[in-house]
Amino acid sequence: MTSSYYYINIIRFILLVLVQVLVFNRLNFFGFINPMVYILFLYWYPIKENRIVFIFIGFLLGLSIDFFSDTMALHAASTVTIAYLRPTIMRFVFGVNYEFQSFKLSNTTRVQQIAFLTLLIVAHHMIFFTLEIFSLSNLLLILKKVIFTGIATLILCLLFGSLFSAEKE
Amino acid sequence: MQQIINFIIRYKTSLLYLLLLLISLAFTVDSHSYHRSKFFNSSNRISGSIYNAADGITRYFNLNEENKKLVEENIKLRSLLFNSNSGDTVELDTTKFNFTTISGRIIKNSYASPNNYITINRGTNHGIKQDMGVITAEGILGIIEHTTKNYASVQSILNTKSNINAKIKNTNYFGSLIWDGRSYNQVKLEDIPRLVPLLIGDTIVTGAMSSIFPENIPIGTIKKFDLNESKSFYSIDVELFNDMSNVKNIYIIYNKNRPEILELETKIANDQ
Repeated sequence: MTSSYYYINIIRFILLVLVQVLVFNRLNFFGFINPMVYILFLYWYPIKENRIVFIFIGFLLGLSIDFFSDTMALHAASTVTIAYLRPTIMRFVFGVNYEFQSFKLSNTTRVQQIAFLTLLIVAHHMIFFTLEIFSLSNLLLILKKVIFTGIATLILCLLFGSLFSAEKE
Repeated sequence: MQQIINFIIRYKTSLLYLLLLLISLAFTVDSHSYHRSKFFNSSNRISGSIYNAADGITRYFNLNEENKKLVEENIKLRSLLFNSNSGDTVELDTTKFNFTTISGRIIKNSYASPNNYITINRGTNHGIKQDMGVITAEGILGIIEHTTKNYASVQSILNTKSNINAKIKNTNYFGSLIWDGRSYNQVKLEDIPRLVPLLIGDTIVTGAMSSIFPENIPIGTIKKFDLNESKSFYSIDVELFNDMSNVKNIYIIYNKNRPEILELETKIANDQ
């Protein structure tokens, strides 16, 4: 059971990186929107796992995207941050339920899931675009990119989420 | 000692997070200098071959369009050749040429981020070195930034770090071409003095000050111009000839005199 869990996550990791790099990095909707669907990996990742391992995997995930897209370590910095913040965000969204042993993402309401995903995306995009543009004089440009790319990422993540549901058991 | 260890154990997740964040920030800030670290670029072997394989699949879909572009370029070059006044013989001894060109293909394009890099399927095996110029049939594209055996990454002109010498066609007024990261079909030309007569639609070409590009390679046309804050120089919006979202075939230019020029320049710099 646990070993199949590992395999699923490894396959998911590789597939999401490839899909991100070969398809979504080339979309360029309206010239600048490239949705970042690989965030789904952090959304789907098992909840009751070791946090240290999770942060490390988040870092690796970002780094492998950076490897392909000439973004230095921007993706790594933003994914490692949301990997670190994930428990906090979950406690905020799901409240006390999150503390129970039997807690599962599929048992929560649709609204809660969307709120959780949205917070992950917003945190990720804020860090990513602020570091990428690297100057506060372009605050409007940063906000524009965060909002539009964030909306595109959210829609695509929700579509992917309903296509490949994480918990089928 | 015991307390330090307890502290580390208690805050191990936060410490690990801070460490990894610092590592990635160090990589990012470090690369804001002129040449980026060798590790983080898409021209390495793994990503290069994956991009190459993906390009192998997609390249067949627009062969027609590519052929049409190449034929158009040939027509242009033919008509230049037939109408040139340089006598009726064409120089065939290529060793006398100052510039050599190598053809290549883009396997990964990018134009949406503030620092865009393009990956091409030519590398040191094909004679590519750092700081060679890259152009297309329509205009300039960028400068080779980093090479591996079979691939190279190009710093696109759509990169906030890019700075290329450019001038107004048929004059000797030159300025520097930069990008502000806003629109992918528009760059900025700075430092043209205000006494220069300008017209909307004037052509901008590469200048003679750079040892990377030959003179008079087309860049774009003037779309809009204003005086800058100091009121003594123009800030010009240039619309690019190249459609940066749709480029495939490229030429890499190498100036054979460049090492000599660089040697001379470093000598002067050392003497001062």
